[in-house]
Formats: sequence, C-alpha cells, structure tokens
Amino acid sequence: MGRITLEGVKKSFGAHDIIKGADLEIADGSFVVFVGPSGCGKTTLLRLIAGLEDVTGGRILIDGADVTAVPPAKRGLSMVFQSYALYPHMSVRGNIAFGLKMAGRPREEIARKVEGAAAILNLTPYLDRKPRELSGGQRQRVAIGRAIVREPKAFLFDEPLSNLDAALRVQMRLEVTRLQRQLDTTAIYVTHDQVEAMTMADRIVVLNAGRIEQYGTPLELYEHPANLFVAGFIGSPKMNFVGGRTAAALDATTIGVRPEHVAVNPGGADGATGLDWVGTVSVAEHLGSDTFLYVEVPEIGTITARGAGELGIKAGDSVRLRPDAARIHRFDANGNTISA
Amino acid sequence: MATQQTQTLGRMLLAPAVVLLLIWMIVPLAMTIYFSLLSYNLLNPGMERFVGLENFEYFLTDPAFLASLRNTLVLVGSVLVITIVLGVLVALLLDQAIVGRSIVRLMVIAPFFVMPTVSALVWKNLLMHPVSGLFAWIMSSLGMQPIDWFAEYPLFSIILIVAWQWLPFAALILLTALQSLDEEQKEAALMDGAGAFSTFFYITLPHLARPITVVILIETIFLLTVFAEIFVTTGGGPGLQTTNIAFLIYSQALIQYDVGSASAGGLVAVVIANILAFFLVRIVGRNLEA
Amino acid sequence: MARRTSTTRTLVTTLAAWLVGFVIFFPILWMILASFKTELEAFSTPPSFLFFHWTLENYATVQERSDYLHHAMNSLLIAGGSTLIALLIAVPAAWSMAFAPTRRTKDLLLWMLSTKMLPPVGVLVPIYLIFRDFGLLDSRFGLIAVLCLGNLPIVVWMLFTYFKEIPKDILEAARMDGATIGKELIHVLTPMAVPGIASTLLLNFILAWNEAFWTLNLSTSEAAPLTVFIASYSSPEGLFWAKLSAASTLAIAPILILGWFSQRQLVRGLTFGAVK
Repeated sequence: MGRITLEGVKKSFGAHDIIKGADLEIADGSFVVFVGPSGCGKTTLLRLIAGLEDVTGGRILIDGADVTAVPPAKRGLSMVFQSYALYPHMSVRGNIAFGLKMAGRPREEIARKVEGAAAILNLTPYLDRKPRELSGGQRQRVAIGRAIVREPKAFLFDEPLSNLDAALRVQMRLEVTRLQRQLDTTAIYVTHDQVEAMTMADRIVVLNAGRIEQYGTPLELYEHPANLFVAGFIGSPKMNFVGGRTAAALDATTIGVRPEHVAVNPGGADGATGLDWVGTVSVAEHLGSDTFLYVEVPEIGTITARGAGELGIKAGDSVRLRPDAARIHRFDANGNTISA
Repeated sequence: MATQQTQTLGRMLLAPAVVLLLIWMIVPLAMTIYFSLLSYNLLNPGMERFVGLENFEYFLTDPAFLASLRNTLVLVGSVLVITIVLGVLVALLLDQAIVGRSIVRLMVIAPFFVMPTVSALVWKNLLMHPVSGLFAWIMSSLGMQPIDWFAEYPLFSIILIVAWQWLPFAALILLTALQSLDEEQKEAALMDGAGAFSTFFYITLPHLARPITVVILIETIFLLTVFAEIFVTTGGGPGLQTTNIAFLIYSQALIQYDVGSASAGGLVAVVIANILAFFLVRIVGRNLEA
Repeated sequence: MARRTSTTRTLVTTLAAWLVGFVIFFPILWMILASFKTELEAFSTPPSFLFFHWTLENYATVQERSDYLHHAMNSLLIAGGSTLIALLIAVPAAWSMAFAPTRRTKDLLLWMLSTKMLPPVGVLVPIYLIFRDFGLLDSRFGLIAVLCLGNLPIVVWMLFTYFKEIPKDILEAARMDGATIGKELIHVLTPMAVPGIASTLLLNFILAWNEAFWTLNLSTSEAAPLTVFIASYSSPEGLFWAKLSAASTLAIAPILILGWFSQRQLVRGLTFGAVK
C-alpha cells in the first residue's frame, strides 16, 4: 500500500515561501509526475514527502497515517537521486544491500533479494564492481535496484534521467515505467522535462512558483489546460498565444492554439473562425516525419505551425495558416481558461 | 537546509570546538590587555600597579621598537619578494615537460618540512660559517674574501634562511594554480597569435593573481612572527640588527621579565596582524561563496 | 591533451629543473653528508664532497646520548597527541558545518580562521604566566594543549573542505535507506572521509612536529621536543657539526618522508581551500 496525501503543505526558507500550500491525493500504485520549470518547488515538495526537509505547515499522510514528524528512515519510502548518490566505497552488491542491512534483515534474505533485483535490472555480472567502474546507465540501474529491494510504499525519483544521454534516457524511461507497472508500487517522479512527464505519468502535477497549477492525466492537461501556464508548459513545440483584437473577437484576453492544430495552406475559403493568418516563413525545420514552420505574421508575431510529413516549404515562402476552431483555448485576463 | 533533528545535532557537535577556541582566543587576549595597563615585572612580584597607557607609550617610543619594526618590515618584504618572484619562476619551470618531474618536485618542496631550528643551524654553521662554511670556501676558491655573513649582513642572512624555507610553499601553491589553468585558454591565446611572453602576461599572470595574493597574506602572517631562526642564530643581534617585533616582545617578557611592556607590544603585534588578516579573511570568505 | 614539445626543449627544461631542484635541496643534502663525516672533516676546508671517511659514529653518539631518544619521544607524543585530540574535537565540528550548515556557519568558519591569525607573541605573556602558575611549564601536557588549540582552526578547516566534497545526496540516500545518524557516520561518511582525515592528520602532525615558538618558550628539558633539543646546539661552546647534522637528519627524516606523501594536500590545507 502506498497512498500519499498532502494537506496544506507549506515550506519556507526564511522569508522565502518555496511551497505555498499544496493539497494532493496520490492513489496507491499510481505513477505521479511533478513537473515544472526550475525553481518551481518540485524537488522541495519531493524532499518534504521523503522527510529530508521539515514542513513549515500542513500534514503529510502515508496510508492515512500522519508521518509529518517521522524521520525519513521510518517512512518506508525509497528515493532515486539525480546524482544517483551511490556509496562509492561499496560494491554494487553493497549498495543494493545497504538498506536491508540497516533494517537488520537476515543474511540469506538480503542475498536473495539483491540477486533478484540485480537479475531484473541486468546487473548480475556487475555485482562485485565499484560504482566508479560502471557506465552512467548502469549506475542509474544500481540506484533503482537500491530503491526496489526494500519494497517501499513508494518510490521517489528526483530527476533520475537528467544525467543520461538522449538515447539512454528514452530507454531508461521505458524501463522505469515498465518496472513500476510490474511492481505496482506508487511512484512520484520529479522532472523538468514535459516529454518525460507526458510519457510516463498516470497523473501529472504541474507546479509553478510553489503552487500546484493543475493535477490531472496527461491528456487532460493537454486538452484542457487550466490556465496559460499549463497550456504553455505542456506540449512541444509550445502553444501559440495571441492577444489583442484577435483574442477580443473571441471574447478572451488571450487565445492559444497548438502548432499541430494550425493548418498550413488549407484549401477552401476562410473557415468558421475567419481567422486565417498570412505570413512569411522565417525558419523551416524538416524532421522528415514532421515539418515545423516559424512564420512571421504581421501584427501578430511569430506563429509556430506543425505539419505532418514533409511539406516542401522553405524559409522565405509566404504561407496561409488556419487554426482549428475547435481547438482554440481561450484565457481571461488572469490567465485562467474560459470554459466553452 | 535540513531537518530540525540534524540542526540540533549539528549545534551540539559544533559546541566543543567553538567553546575551546573562544576560550583560547579571549582569555589570553583579555589578560594581555589587562597586563598591558600595569607596571608589572616578574622580578618584582607584588609591585604591580595600574599605569594606564604608559606601557604603550614606552613601547612605541622605545628606539628598539622602531628598529624592530623596521627589521620586521624589511624581513617580511624581502622574503615576500624573493619567494614570489622565484616561486613564479620555479612554478613555471616545473609546469613544463620535464623528465622526472615528481623527483624534482620532491627536492623543491623539501625545505618546507625542515624544522626551523634545524634549517637555521645548518645554514649558520655548515653553509655560512666565515671560516669553515661552504660559502666561505667557494668565495676563497674564486679568489674573493670570505664574508662573515652573520657579522656583516646579519639581517640579510636571516632573510636568506627564511626565504629558503618559504620558497617551496610559494612555488608549490603557484604550481598547483598553474596546473589548474585551462589548457584550452592557452591554446585559444595561441590561436589568437599570442607569443610566449604575451601568453604569460595576459593569460598566466592574471590567472596567478589570486594565488599570489593568498601566498602574500599567508606568508605575511607567518613571517611577522619569525622567531626560532633568530633565536638560534643571532639572538637578535648584533645590537638590535636582527631583532624583529616578535623577538623584541619575547626578550622583554622572558629575558627582562617586563610583563607590562611585553603585553603592550603583544597587542601592537595583534593589531598589525589583524589588519592583514582582515584582507585574507575577505578573500577566503569570497571563495567560500562559490 | 598532450602539448607538442620538441626533444631539445624537453632536454633544456629538464636540465634546468633538475639544477633548480638540486640547488634548493642542497642544504639538506649537505647536512646529510656532514652527518656521515668525522667532526674534523665536517669542519675542514676545503670541504670534501663524497670522498671522505664515511662513518656512522655520529649516529651512534647521538643515539647513545639517551636524551636524543627522550626528545624524539617528546616530539612524537606532543605532535601526535595534539593532532589526535584536535581531530577528535574537529571531526564533529566539521561534520556539523558541512552537513548541517546554518546561516552563521560561514561567519563561524572565518572566525576560526581569524583565531589562527592571532600572532602567538600577542599572547605569549599570559600563556607563559598561566603555565607558570599551573605548573605546566616544561610539561608535555601543556604543549599538547597549546599546539592542539593552535592548530584546531586548520584541522577544522581542512576537514570541512574535505567533507564539503562528499555529496550531500549520498548521506541523504543513507538516511532514506534507513540508516540512523550514527550508522550514517560509521558506514557511509567515515569510509568516504578517510583519505581526507588521513591527510589532515598528516599535515597537522608535520606542523606540530616543526612548531618552534611555543616549544622553545614553554619547554626546556623534561618535555622538550626535538626543535628545542636541536636549538641547544646553537650554543657557541664546542663545534659539533657532524653530530648536529646527524641529530638534525634524524629529526627531519620522518617528517620529510611524511611530508612528501602529503604534499598534494599541503596546498589545500595551508591555503584554507583558497587554492586547489
């Protein structure tokens, strides 16, 4: 079991409010990702749950029991650090076994569990090596192995993949997700990478400046962002925002439309919105599978458009852009979404 | 940035060191200040009386003070110049491709590990003795009149010994700093068409500015209180020619047993050292932020 | 990246470096040579460099004079004792400042540094009087206490800079793994800090061994370490250069060897981490 509840959790360092009151209910077995720009408080929130920092106010409950004052060692959670934080003087075996040893488990149980974890993570040949003799990916696996042997109530991951190269990151992303499903253990995962958040999470917590902006499934966040911040943070390339008269025409202060919902050189006349934009392509990125166009539209600014496949358009070309009327997001003066 | 529990523990663990150092600093200093206001000679116990700032007046106007201040400044200044100029040269040399660099390094660093009394006596007797010293032999072999170093150039002799002891320190620190200089920076300068000299003046020397400052400050703190080298060679003489402030205070305290005057002198030394310490602490403190 | 250098250049720099190294090392070498000469040869002009009558007589004489061993033992006890005690006080303090820092930690560190900058002559009088009144003059205990306190700031600083390099993450990982603070210290921190603690120990042992202000002023015979013993050769009566050299060689040999091992840490220790 690993149901984690936050009730009005606050954290300040001196006069600085890092977490301004967080309420959250994380269901047992779910994979929750905290995402946000650097300095948004996501790592602090994770460390509060871990018990590595004291809360300034509010309560933290695990399976209904208040653990706010319980030291980290007694919370039954395990953590994978960004730097992996492997014990450099211990072998891989020693690293994975350390938590069990601290818990005073019998020797044969420790041996069995370490072997088991090593087998799952393909670490068996390296059990007697020291961390410095391992590659980045292998170190990452050891850190995960150390977390899983203790059969914790929840895993806490603090940007665990950020030190890996791009290809390895994608592979480990899959492995972590698969492992979590297999073990059916609650996981809280901190990242600044919204792609990681979208691909791994059951539910995402978007944090900004110490506040939870939105809590929902990846698709909810994508399709119904609660406000400008979430709309701009989730999705790549970033959503286009347009203000001024264009927005006012739709009874909004700002409107947003994702690049993939902007049609390039559409056929037919102006659509229902009457919102066709004409501009000059300043940069065209050809990925093969997609084409990204950065179009300078007079009086509106740069609009990003994404077309499937190769569009055969190059910089300097003039193009007509048409946002999909059904997928335009409208925001009020406070940046909150105006529901349709 | 940690939990309450570790904070409390931290304070408990810190306490012994802080308390001991506080006592070590405050008690003797307070006593020095107190003694400096008394007329107090160990040879006349029971005759202590309050004299206000008379000791300071006496100490500061004593010709011996001015002589020793001058000697201190000459000693510190000369040793600094010698060790830093030679230290930079030695460091630059050792930074080159050298066969057996580690052995050369060991030879260069060795004098720093020799206890002051040993180096002073070895230099005084084996090297600088006017009749049987090696220098005397070299000079007479070259047809020159051997020099009686400690009689003719007493302060210079002390400077030579102390500079020999501190050259390794300067060289080692500057070498360490040189080795931390980014090779790519030098290569970039090379690509920009800089020759060896311009590279040294525009890249290397600015890079060494901070380590040189550190060397100056640390050496100064130690050099202000050079004692053993004088104690075993000249005993401050001839006359006052090699008496520095540290030695003057020592002789007033433990030879003339004039506690009051020695304490006043001690406080003068503290003030001089503190002026320098102020700058060093600032440099180290700035480094601590990074 | 290896710099390309010509063979001639390497030859020239190598020769120059060896020459410089030799000149700097020469006084020590000359002393070692003199220790193997007879008193007459040591004093004779022209001096003989290698072709003299090599003898171990001086070492035998120095050893026979039981006071040499006595003073060597004092050096060992005073340097070793003061270093160990300083370490016992400093390890917890440095741990605290490195891993549980508060807003005042930086000021505290700088304050400790500034106590080291207090010139010893400034407090010579009170320390001498305290020692006299408590019967600590010429006692090993007194010297151990003074040298311990004198070097404590350096010990704390060195340990602090070493501890600082241990990633905080690793200690937190241990905490998450269920280690108590005690177990964290024993199983994780100490093994990782051993190299740093060892070099701190070494450097401070060297500094204490060579300390020649307090030892000269506070001890005369009973507790006198080698610094004081060697200084007694400065008296003008009789010329015992060969014996002085033998005694000096014995006094500096262990430190020279320890010092050569610790030279890399030396820079950091003596500059309080300002140069790495």
